[in-house]
Amino acid sequence: MTVELGHFALVLAFCVAILQAIVPLVGVARRDPVLAGLAPAAAAAQFLLLTLAFAALVRAHLADDFSVLNVYENSHSTKPVLYKFAGVWGNHEGSLVLWVWILALFGFAIALAGRHLPMSFLARVLAIQGLIGAGFLAFMLFTSNAFERLYPAPADGRGLNPILQDPGLAFHPPMLYLGYVGFSTAYSFAMAALLEGRVDASWARWLRPWVLAAWVALTLGIALGSWWAYYELGWGGYWFWDPVENASFMPWLAGTALLHSAIVLEKRGTLKNWTILLAILTFALSLLGTFLVRSGVLTSVHAFASDPSRGIFILALLLSAVGGSFALYAWRAPAMQGGPTFAPISREAALVLNNLLLGTATATVFLGTLYPLALEAVSGEKISVGPPYFDATFVPLMVPLLLALPVGTMLAWKRGDLAGVLQRLGLAAAAAIAAALLQLALVDPRAPLAALGFALAAWVVVGSLSELAGRIALFRVPLSHSLRRLLGLPRSAIAATIAHLGLGLIVVGITASAAGRVEKILVMRPGETTEIAGFEVRLVGISEVRGPNYTAERATFEARRDGQLVATLHSEKRFFPVERQMTTEAGIDSSLLRDLYFVIGDRNGEGWTVRLYVNPLVFWIWGGAGIMAVGGLLSLADRRLRVGAPARLPARGLVAGTRP
Amino acid sequence: MRLRKRQRALLVLLVVALVGGATALVLAALRDSISFFVTPSQLAAGKVEPGRRLRIGGLVEAHSIVREADGSIRFRVTDTAAAVTVHYKGMLPDLFREGQGVVATGVLSADGTFRAEEVLARHDERYMPREVADALKEAGYWQDTARGGGAGAGGDAR
Repeated sequence: MTVELGHFALVLAFCVAILQAIVPLVGVARRDPVLAGLAPAAAAAQFLLLTLAFAALVRAHLADDFSVLNVYENSHSTKPVLYKFAGVWGNHEGSLVLWVWILALFGFAIALAGRHLPMSFLARVLAIQGLIGAGFLAFMLFTSNAFERLYPAPADGRGLNPILQDPGLAFHPPMLYLGYVGFSTAYSFAMAALLEGRVDASWARWLRPWVLAAWVALTLGIALGSWWAYYELGWGGYWFWDPVENASFMPWLAGTALLHSAIVLEKRGTLKNWTILLAILTFALSLLGTFLVRSGVLTSVHAFASDPSRGIFILALLLSAVGGSFALYAWRAPAMQGGPTFAPISREAALVLNNLLLGTATATVFLGTLYPLALEAVSGEKISVGPPYFDATFVPLMVPLLLALPVGTMLAWKRGDLAGVLQRLGLAAAAAIAAALLQLALVDPRAPLAALGFALAAWVVVGSLSELAGRIALFRVPLSHSLRRLLGLPRSAIAATIAHLGLGLIVVGITASAAGRVEKILVMRPGETTEIAGFEVRLVGISEVRGPNYTAERATFEARRDGQLVATLHSEKRFFPVERQMTTEAGIDSSLLRDLYFVIGDRNGEGWTVRLYVNPLVFWIWGGAGIMAVGGLLSLADRRLRVGAPARLPARGLVAGTRP
Repeated sequence: MRLRKRQRALLVLLVVALVGGATALVLAALRDSISFFVTPSQLAAGKVEPGRRLRIGGLVEAHSIVREADGSIRFRVTDTAAAVTVHYKGMLPDLFREGQGVVATGVLSADGTFRAEEVLARHDERYMPREVADALKEAGYWQDTARGGGAGAGGDAR
């Protein structure tokens, strides 16, 4: 019964979404406040209905209701409860329910937080959100209904792909979707601004919290996904430039550019059209990601379904969303008034450079991801573009970006003083040179690229810290004064420093794990010992263990350094009888300085094939991503950016004045 | 307004430089690092010169797996019309076994064996790598059951 209720709620939500898309626009056109004012109510209703639908699907999964096709195909009664829950979005139909639910959540949040926005603008934003929702709800109802029944009901389900049965799966997709779908707000704000024909600094101030929230979620979602790939796939790597990874990385790159260009618009009232274009592009890339992943054009663990009608439907959605917005952009954007000019050496120019580099990087990733698909469609020739392509294109573009980063943060608005800034970056330059020399002298003189990576990381980290130190006049005034200045700084300034620090740490992690990784494949018999990167590794033994819904061969390794036991690791090869499938669980001992990462393979005579890795500093990559996200969250907490800030602007001065 | 014009000219210059640089990088990378997909039949026909990066796909031939003492492995990949010997040192995917569809990336050596750097199997029971399915179709061997081959009739119930 709840399943039918869920289905019914989904249909109602579709109707409400259509109303939400049309009525407010009519209301704005006719200057009818009653019709325009319907938008927030519709957004609330849609959120309520989709919550109901989502809850109904969760209940069907938790209660093992195999009369529901979606549950039958993706669940099994022996599956642990956590995975029954996470399995709701571990399949095509269920993940779409999550997608529209998050979309409705954002719509509702805008309706709640946007009460201070001008009525016509809010109505238009919510109408566009409704339009997106209507498109996706139609897609679900007509091609991918999660509530389809199966008669007669089978006794048990077919189970969930075992490599998805992992705690990481419980968090990775919702985070990623919060990011993907969160950028729909940027799209709606941009479309509403084009419809209004007006973009100004306050528009950027309204937009920024939503972009920030989406960006934080996407950052965490990508980091979680990469972490999952690291420990679940057993390949020792954390990023494979797989098309599915690229699909989430492209909106992240564009979203990062958007975040920065919105600063220029907010502070200086310039780069209007560019910011709008970026907002559209970012969401278009999110939709493209959904298309690539969900349409079955890519074969991967994410491509749950390869039903061509679905692919065509998503493609049509993508084309109409992108085509419609570009048409509107071409029509309205030329009418936008340009903002004030700036000198080639200025904060604005630095942020333009940031945008150009991030945009070009997005384009290279885009090309590498889609070129094989396009070529196959045109000529039938099958090629694959692997990591070497991305190493050769994406990575060189990041070098000038990292070089320019600390300089840009120190430049003044409008007209900057490059010589002065470079002087203040002396410490950062010294740190960079020291890092490069240390790497060359102590670690590996034949790895100039590693030296470059560490130098860039040191440059970014020390440069960002110098910028903050300069702001609070560290060591130039008494320490207590500096501390007071630090507390008085806008949170967004501290947040930027933290996010850039996180980026620096990521560069350290990537460089170290790429340059210093040691890998060894061999056949080991129980009791045998081998040596890798200064560690003495002993295969203690292999035992059979039973999990809740699998059996496993578990290898126990002991790693010693100078005779001292450092870590005991367990690597498993699991067999899931329901799905008749094997998975690998790497044995990982993680620390700040290095990961020991041992994988057990097939039996080979008396022994087993084992693959041992020592990955230096690899944890810094996820740690850095986490710090970046913390920076984003802190910026979100900035008073100035709270939604409805324009109405409270006078109050802000008051509050700042009363601060101790 | 002169300032705006200068600003725009500088921007255009920067964009041109960047796009030019990026295009050069992309073209160089595409020349060196893409790999073409070929079927065992195409290899057997001698259409491919050794030394190029390739991807091959097909089924692991029954009784063809030989494990060497150094942890490496030899097996034959077939599209049922022709087969090629693959030599690989590394971790095999969890789903690697006889009769299973695999895709291998590597280089064809002069003696006709394929030196794989990476071997991938289909992700789960229900799916076949698309390239493998196409290779089998080309060779005239294709069972639709191979795709829906999991358990039960759920796939047909739609």
